[in-house]
Amino acid sequence: MFGYEFYVDPSRCIGCQSCVKACEECETHRGRSMINFDFIDRRNTIATAAYVCWHCDEPTCAEVCPADAIKKTEDGVVQSSLKPRCIGCSNCVLACPFGIPKMVPEYEQMMKCDMCYDRTSVGKRPMCATVCPSQALAYVKPEEIARRPEKATNLFHFGNQRITTQVYMMVPPDRDSVSVDVADYIWEGEHAAVPAS
Amino acid sequence: MAKPPASVEALTERYGPHLNYAPAGGWQDESVHPAERLVKTHCCFCGQQCGIQLKVRENRVIGFEPWEEFPFNRGMLCPKGVKRYLQGSHPDRLLDPLLRTDRGFRRAAWDEALDFTARRLREIQERHGKDAVAVYGGASLTTEKSYLLGKFARVALGTRHIDYNGRLCMVSAGTAYKLAFGVDRSPIPWSDILNAQVLLIIGANIADCAPITTDYVWRCRDNGGKLIVVDPRMTPITRNADLYLPVRAGTDLALLMGLLHVVLRDGLENRAFIAERTVGFEAVAESVKSYDPRAVAEKTGVAPEAIEKAARWFAQADRAIALHARGLEHHSKGVENCLAVINLCLAIGHLGREGAGCAMITGQGNGQGGREHGQKCDQLPGQRPISDPVARRHVAQVWGIRPEEIPQGGLTAVEIMEAIHRGEIKGLLSICFNPLVSLPDANFTHEALEKLEFLGIIDFFLSETAHYADVVLAGSLQEEEEGVGCTAEGRVVHIQKAVDPPGNARGDAMIICDLARRLGKGQYFPYGNTREIFEELREASRGGIADYYGITYEKIDRQMGVFWPCPTLDHPGTPRLFEGGKSFHPDGKFHFVATEWRESGDPVGDDYPVYLTTGRLVGHYLSGTQTRRIGALVDQHDEPWLEIHPRLAMRYGISDADWVTVTTRRSEITLRAQVVRTIRPDTVFIPYHWPHGQSANRLTHRTLDPRSKIPEFKISACQLRRADGAPEWARRKGGA
Repeated sequence: MFGYEFYVDPSRCIGCQSCVKACEECETHRGRSMINFDFIDRRNTIATAAYVCWHCDEPTCAEVCPADAIKKTEDGVVQSSLKPRCIGCSNCVLACPFGIPKMVPEYEQMMKCDMCYDRTSVGKRPMCATVCPSQALAYVKPEEIARRPEKATNLFHFGNQRITTQVYMMVPPDRDSVSVDVADYIWEGEHAAVPAS
Repeated sequence: MAKPPASVEALTERYGPHLNYAPAGGWQDESVHPAERLVKTHCCFCGQQCGIQLKVRENRVIGFEPWEEFPFNRGMLCPKGVKRYLQGSHPDRLLDPLLRTDRGFRRAAWDEALDFTARRLREIQERHGKDAVAVYGGASLTTEKSYLLGKFARVALGTRHIDYNGRLCMVSAGTAYKLAFGVDRSPIPWSDILNAQVLLIIGANIADCAPITTDYVWRCRDNGGKLIVVDPRMTPITRNADLYLPVRAGTDLALLMGLLHVVLRDGLENRAFIAERTVGFEAVAESVKSYDPRAVAEKTGVAPEAIEKAARWFAQADRAIALHARGLEHHSKGVENCLAVINLCLAIGHLGREGAGCAMITGQGNGQGGREHGQKCDQLPGQRPISDPVARRHVAQVWGIRPEEIPQGGLTAVEIMEAIHRGEIKGLLSICFNPLVSLPDANFTHEALEKLEFLGIIDFFLSETAHYADVVLAGSLQEEEEGVGCTAEGRVVHIQKAVDPPGNARGDAMIICDLARRLGKGQYFPYGNTREIFEELREASRGGIADYYGITYEKIDRQMGVFWPCPTLDHPGTPRLFEGGKSFHPDGKFHFVATEWRESGDPVGDDYPVYLTTGRLVGHYLSGTQTRRIGALVDQHDEPWLEIHPRLAMRYGISDADWVTVTTRRSEITLRAQVVRTIRPDTVFIPYHWPHGQSANRLTHRTLDPRSKIPEFKISACQLRRADGAPEWARRKGGA
């Protein structure tokens, strides 16, 4: 929005959780953090990763919602469920290939990252990416991210599901997409989904 | 005798730490009552002093907004910075002076508390001499308060003994840089990091302790820079290291001398630079002769090939920077360690150019500014040596006293506690320091505090040390008094006053001035506000090394900070030192200083076979007085733990999450194991932010570097054993 894009690069993450804390300060859901943060495998590595919602062009969460409670704004931001419509079924939680939506029992509602809509819709940067000390979460102009050796992609393959997103993932410069399934690398015949690069 | 007037449990129940999660009025209040204004100021936690905007409404800080225009951090903040705003209206905040009673503390009026404090200090000095009273300061104070405290000790109390908690932080680096360069400041601005072709990061857990520097390191790599990390632990920045050297705790000096050995062996030194700009090279070259990679590998546990590679990368780059922090400096040879970094840079000529040099990463809130203007026992304002007659004359003239009235240098922080233990120092006035948690050998500190005849504390929360106090004067948070700080880069920044202290709490500077008046020295402390203190500080520093004369609050605001030295009002400041190829020494040369290996003061051996090292976590600040009260930060790290490699854990039958008792030659504590492959198998790590039974500093020792007097926090010898069950602190915490 306003010429800025959101980029995620887990290889820069230092696990400080500044994003987790800052998300709580976002006015649309003050006091509740929507960041997905993981110690990947603390026993064996210092690697950590922080994610926001990827804001899919065709959001699986909305497609599987039986109550039509999950809406996307005109500028592509997928919102938390609409409180009056949400029936708390958790379909979205189970279906999202990225594992983003969270059921909040006390509100009986699904909540998720809304890319700090109160901020980004008026030209401000989201809380998490603004404070992130390692810029593993970055909300910058494309020309700024182009200074990094990695490449930005918004194409993901989850088996046969092909997803394009608003938020970009930084990948090695020789890659065009993110694939997480061995099946993506297997030749399955002429009519199967296009294999990932 | 200064025994706590009630149990730890009772005092904790009343004064905390309690956890504050939400701003005053609750999470939703701001949507109804928006902020009235945003105050552009700086974070109080750590030497980076990131720019931040505080949201203020009705004299309360209710939130923050990133300050993206401030060039150092461009809006970035670590979790401490994000949550720092929760201190002001914290329920634990001291709102009145407290006087000790038989059963606890009672609230007192300011006149009563100040009269009592001044009377007790005077009585002790009359009976036992001026030097029977000592003053402890803190590096998180603004530079004005640090300056004022130094003047207060020397002019109002007339004691030699004033030192500060920066003694636990920056003094090894400061001493080394003064020996080599004649000045105690990072020679480079952080923007230079982006232009280095090689970064050597040694003993610096940047991700936890200086998180914003991570972005500089990553951007250096984006530009093609190579990253070498030297640490017994894989700290988070190691994830992108091009070369990782897992140095054995306490052997950094051997490694650094080994790097220089390779440089000289292979003729990679800069002969022209050495000949024209330096003195003392020959002795250093001689000193590293026996440090061949094979011998160094035996000592450090770093492979000879890795030593060769690191030396070549660092020496063959046109531009390389070495960054170091407490991992290198917290040793009884901390000064030598830093000198060895400097010697390496000097031999290659990495200095005084963009993208080349060495730098200490200052740790505390105002770690740089807090050590420049007079709360160090051996320094007068402007980084002037207190023993220098010219310096004494200049400062005495600014203060309006005779030079001989300025006491000579006194004891350092740990030495003051030892003198208290010996009964030589009987009264202590302490501000912004929690020695019970932060000094080594905490049981010794506890004994010493009990021996004090008088302990006066100025603070905003009741720290564990303040439990022993006779009087607690309710002081101010950083955002409650205007002033300046100096960042790790040497950039002087403007701390804005955002709000008044709450309740009957008062500004620290005005408390100190009121005490001076009661000690009969009011004429030397006539300030109506901190700006007047800064005006005097400018004069006192004028012509000194840390020359602030050309700095004003307005200039700082205009330039987004001013790098010292800044000798005149039309001087822009000095982001990079030594660009003319000259040091601050009278001869203008950079001084090589030869280093010599020594063993640790707490040697690992058959009886205590494991290395213990201690350090910080990203969510907590120093002794935790502030951060252990902020809910979101405590959620992140709610107790200390023992990091241990699976190979070592197996030897002791320890599994992940087991309770483990760690014993050193001083004491023992019990805490949970976190079994990880990211630490050397001969070393365990404990974070030190907690008190009492969770205190890593019960285990550490009081061996000091002979020159800097920094304690050897980074290496103790310990034993490990699997504990039968949870320790008392954990049972209490569990509500049992």
